[in-house]
Amino acid sequence: MQPKVKKNLLTTSAHIGLLIASAFFLVPFLWMVSTSLKPVTQIFTYPPEFIPNPFQWSNYIEATEYIPFFTYLSNTAIITVLSTIGVMLSCPLVAYSFAKLEWTGRNTMFIITIAVMMIPMQVTMIPLFLLFNKVGWVGTPLPLIVPAFFGVPFSIFLMRQFFMGLPNTLRDAAKIDGASEFRIYWQIMLPLAKPAVLAVGLFQFMNVWTDFIGPLLYLTDESQYTLSLGLQQFQSQKGTEWGLMMAVSTMMTLPIIILFFFMQRTFIQGITFSGIK
Amino acid sequence: MKKMEQSDQALVEEGMEASIKKKSKISGSSINGWLFASPWVIGLILFYAFPLFSSIYYSFTTYSILSPGEFIGFSNYKQLMVDGIFWKSIYNTVYFAIFFVPLSIIIGVALAMLLNMRVKGMAVYRTIFFLPTLVPHVALAVLWMWLLNPGFGLVNGVLDAIGLTGPNWLGSVTWSKPSLILMSLWAIGQPVIIYLAGLGDIPQELYEAADVDGASWLQKTFKVTLPLLTPVIFFNLVMGAIGAFQQFTLPYTMTQGQGTPDNSLTFYVMYLYDNAFKYSKMGYASAMAWILFIVIMLLTAVIFISSKRWVHYQGK
Repeated sequence: MQPKVKKNLLTTSAHIGLLIASAFFLVPFLWMVSTSLKPVTQIFTYPPEFIPNPFQWSNYIEATEYIPFFTYLSNTAIITVLSTIGVMLSCPLVAYSFAKLEWTGRNTMFIITIAVMMIPMQVTMIPLFLLFNKVGWVGTPLPLIVPAFFGVPFSIFLMRQFFMGLPNTLRDAAKIDGASEFRIYWQIMLPLAKPAVLAVGLFQFMNVWTDFIGPLLYLTDESQYTLSLGLQQFQSQKGTEWGLMMAVSTMMTLPIIILFFFMQRTFIQGITFSGIK
Repeated sequence: MKKMEQSDQALVEEGMEASIKKKSKISGSSINGWLFASPWVIGLILFYAFPLFSSIYYSFTTYSILSPGEFIGFSNYKQLMVDGIFWKSIYNTVYFAIFFVPLSIIIGVALAMLLNMRVKGMAVYRTIFFLPTLVPHVALAVLWMWLLNPGFGLVNGVLDAIGLTGPNWLGSVTWSKPSLILMSLWAIGQPVIIYLAGLGDIPQELYEAADVDGASWLQKTFKVTLPLLTPVIFFNLVMGAIGAFQQFTLPYTMTQGQGTPDNSLTFYVMYLYDNAFKYSKMGYASAMAWILFIVIMLLTAVIFISSKRWVHYQGK
């Protein structure tokens, strides 16, 4: 009897702890959704009320008219999708060479790659801005897309750890059959690495979708703005359009939540493979 | 049968030898390696090495977007030493890091341990804890500005309901940084998932052995779980410290780039950004970037050196 009671007590206290902590994480989020559905008068009532009365769905329509929402959405989507494709093409390829190929200079290059992760973005920010300015890319989305095709150190590192775990025998067998190195990579190794490639893609998608400083630096024309920059336009001298802003925030968060929901297995797996130990 | 296997084996070995010989003759494997790595080699030079070295040079010049500037030696660095806002931004950034990093580790580990328990509905709990991490930072900043609004915000509403008077969170010099720490802690999901992965790696036998010895929950936590989690804590500590020193999007959005009230939310990188892109003092900002780089390097080195005392690797 004694151990059973003890176990029940532990489960119950775990649930209580989880519920209390959940409130801290869930309530602000729900508050965002609830504010996005409130009429202006209710937004400014005190004490605050949680349930919108009435549900003001028109905030969502109004928000898409207050800023050029669909233009910003498609700008965000284009930048996010292209740079995600870039990372998914470049990082596995480079990681494969670090994990499975033997070449002079490989170890040195790998150490440099790890060291590069420590460089704060702010150090490279100014010269990169000047470089992109010189080639006429400032004011276009290119600086936010093109670098992804040349690899991201964190993702290369993550992919390398994954490839290291794949057996060499497959590669040797294919080699004897006379397959070229690229064919081995493309037709055997890459399909096996699918979960890691997807995880790397999801990381990139999340980072770029929510990126603020990149678009802030490089996008000068309002017609090229992303949603992150668009959100700022709800704050003006006259005050903040809270309901509309929360509606856009909700719309901006939703796609990532859906993506995360369907891919969380892969996502967590991807982190597990990052070899942080 | 056996004979065939043997001859097969011989053939395979011969084939492998031949292919190795062929490869080494033209040093094919090295060419392949560099070929596969070539995107990153180019990326490394263009987007990391080149900017890194130009940034050192710029930090010794009066570079602006319009003019290449002239070489002025250490003047930028000397000027920074007497720049009041520079020191204020350092104070703010260090204040944030000192409170946020340890809190994020304690709370993060505790949450991960909660989320690692075997109770029903864990998938739902885990999603809830990760939810804020999925909210874009700009939206997060805006949301919390609203929650902490002294007039209509939920937080003061709740405090009011239990008979307390909430402060003017983001509008007061005393409370603006604690507010920022609070909202940063809200988006703690990423390290929590990494801790979870680490907890999953702890061998179950150790707990079973501890059970046999009659260890209590507390003893298991402090003698098994925490020591074996130290490599992951170490990783999150390094990443967290680096991240804390680069705080930008949250305070920038909340104060519309102003760092108000009274520069209490002017963080190091915000001031760097202002110098570079508002005042067009690229050289001055590059000097700031290099000071940041050196500080982060030193900090990482200190964490690495101290880690020998407290990080336990399995099997060592």
